[in-house]
Amino acid sequence: MSETATDLRFSLARQEGWNRPPVVEPDGEGELLELAMGPHHPSTHGVFRMDVVLDGERVIKLKPVFGYLHRNHEKIAEKTSYLASMPYTDRLDYFCSLTNNWAYALAVEKLSGQEVPERAEYLRVILAELTRVQNHASSIGFLLQEMGASGTPLMYAFREREKVLDLFEGLTGSRMMCNYMRFGGCRVDASAAWLEQARKVVTELPVFVDEFEQFLRSNEILMARSQGMGVLRPELAINAGVTGPMLRASGVNYDIRKVDHYGIYDRFKFRVPLGDHWDIYDRYMVRMLEMRESIGILEQALKEIPGGPVMDPKAKIRGFRPKAGEAYGRIEAPKGELGFYLISDGSPNPYRYRVRPPSLINLTVLEDMCLGHNVADVVLIFGSVDIVLGEVDR
Amino acid sequence: MLGEGILKGLAETAKNFAGSFVSEDRLTTVEYPEQRIPTAEAARVFPFLVYDGTDWEKGLRCVACQICEKECPPKCIYIEKSKDKKPDYVGKMQIYPARFDIDVSVCMSCQICVEVCPFEAIKMDTEFELSTSDRFGGLLFDREQLAKSNEHYHKIHPTEASEVDARLAEEKAKVEAKAKAAAAAAAAKAAAPAASVTAPVKSESTPAAGAPKAAEAAAAKPMAQTTTAAKAADAALNAPAAPSGKPAPASTEPPKTAAPDAGSKTSGE
Repeated sequence: MSETATDLRFSLARQEGWNRPPVVEPDGEGELLELAMGPHHPSTHGVFRMDVVLDGERVIKLKPVFGYLHRNHEKIAEKTSYLASMPYTDRLDYFCSLTNNWAYALAVEKLSGQEVPERAEYLRVILAELTRVQNHASSIGFLLQEMGASGTPLMYAFREREKVLDLFEGLTGSRMMCNYMRFGGCRVDASAAWLEQARKVVTELPVFVDEFEQFLRSNEILMARSQGMGVLRPELAINAGVTGPMLRASGVNYDIRKVDHYGIYDRFKFRVPLGDHWDIYDRYMVRMLEMRESIGILEQALKEIPGGPVMDPKAKIRGFRPKAGEAYGRIEAPKGELGFYLISDGSPNPYRYRVRPPSLINLTVLEDMCLGHNVADVVLIFGSVDIVLGEVDR
Repeated sequence: MLGEGILKGLAETAKNFAGSFVSEDRLTTVEYPEQRIPTAEAARVFPFLVYDGTDWEKGLRCVACQICEKECPPKCIYIEKSKDKKPDYVGKMQIYPARFDIDVSVCMSCQICVEVCPFEAIKMDTEFELSTSDRFGGLLFDREQLAKSNEHYHKIHPTEASEVDARLAEEKAKVEAKAKAAAAAAAAKAAAPAASVTAPVKSESTPAAGAPKAAEAAAAKPMAQTTTAAKAADAALNAPAAPSGKPAPASTEPPKTAAPDAGSKTSGE
């Protein structure tokens, strides 16, 4: 691998027994209890149900049940024009609407062979990395919330997220449902004032990350509850198709920004953090380090951003019909590999439209991670997967 | 020491809590209804129809081409074309929307109608306090409620609006120059029977426009009944509001005065 793919392995003091194997046999004393956690459980990040079988406090079986938020995204997209399903992609993973936009735009651009202007590529990278920072910050905030730190760490994360969302609103007009990227570029250009504001926010971000990390790293509760919990072995992670920070926390060096070189990511210098112990703590730490790497990318991109148009002049807004064919566009979304698979038959709407959602596929290993742990830890392990139900159910 | 990290974290929380009484920077929230954060210039909430001049009905830029209706992802726009025509901003005779409804409770604020509109007729508003207790009619906006003046557009999106104005002025100038050139050419061609040249042109344009309309009417036959029924129902619904709504157009800003009327109607019920 090139020097940019250096492992960022971190070794920190570990408590004993972090790698104990899960025990899943009932001990034979007392009765088993079947419990439905969710769909309205406060820890489920939406409407999600875990049917758990408990032996005392230990989980010996877990079945994830989803589909409560199903809204037929793929079929709706097959009935409407290519452009009209762009705002629907915002609603998949509503924390990271801009990366969803990018993945879909990338797939359609592959299909129609459109070129993206330089400035639009830079804007896409800036927005995607800002999305990554705010997603990871709030994901860590939620993790702490589930450990019982009710509110404070989450609000600290949200305070920073607000600044990023203000940037999104200033550029795209909306805080969360951005609907910004188009086939062949971006919808509007960023003004000089916006870029200045973005630079200001980016220079303040490392202060926040340092502060956040300082308090969490020395927190005994976080250490005790996350280390050695929910171990996901790399072999299983690869076999299950897990991607994103989850996979990297299991020690597998796979980042689509490095593997695919989509967009202009090969111009930026950044490292891929990897985990050593494959547990919740590693997932948390990988996200922390990824935020720092993202800030690095942001600084480079904001320094180098060129002038010029943000839309391919040949791009059509009305009556867009790509030629018949198929394409798969994938990006490294904050939660993992987000892909859009499209088949076109030359008509204004796709013949087949398929989303490869990272949240759903990362969720499939939930049972393997939870077996043998206490119910309270199931909540944490589930939180460390970092899912959004809008994307799981689509 | 065990618990040191927790104490450190709590100390920071306490510092921020106490500091928020002293320093404005630590206070990240505002007391909403009394205090407001100004909206971003690019902010978008729900669409409105732009009109030029003072009369909203005459000045509507919309020509009922129905592109937005077709492209709208959640299909929240309903348009009925008019039977007659009125001049648009360049003076060309165009049909106009006899009915233009947006169900704002369905709208997802995606701005695609704005992007696809070739006539700069529909734009995004920044008004977001639209809650209503009327479940069915309160968020179904008709043409009159949607119509907002170009000045309003300039107020909420100044840069974008001046760009649009420049583009429209350019277009108008182009059309006028073309018309002038055509008139000059016609005048040069037939110096004496100038009056008779304009007359055939006029008579030619009317049947051409009439033919597609007739075809449309034929195609819309099955729908005609339902739409007239809907209209009748609408008229019946609006009947009690009509007397209070009638004097509104006489004042300078019809949509603004109409809005409180509608509000009082719903609260009265």
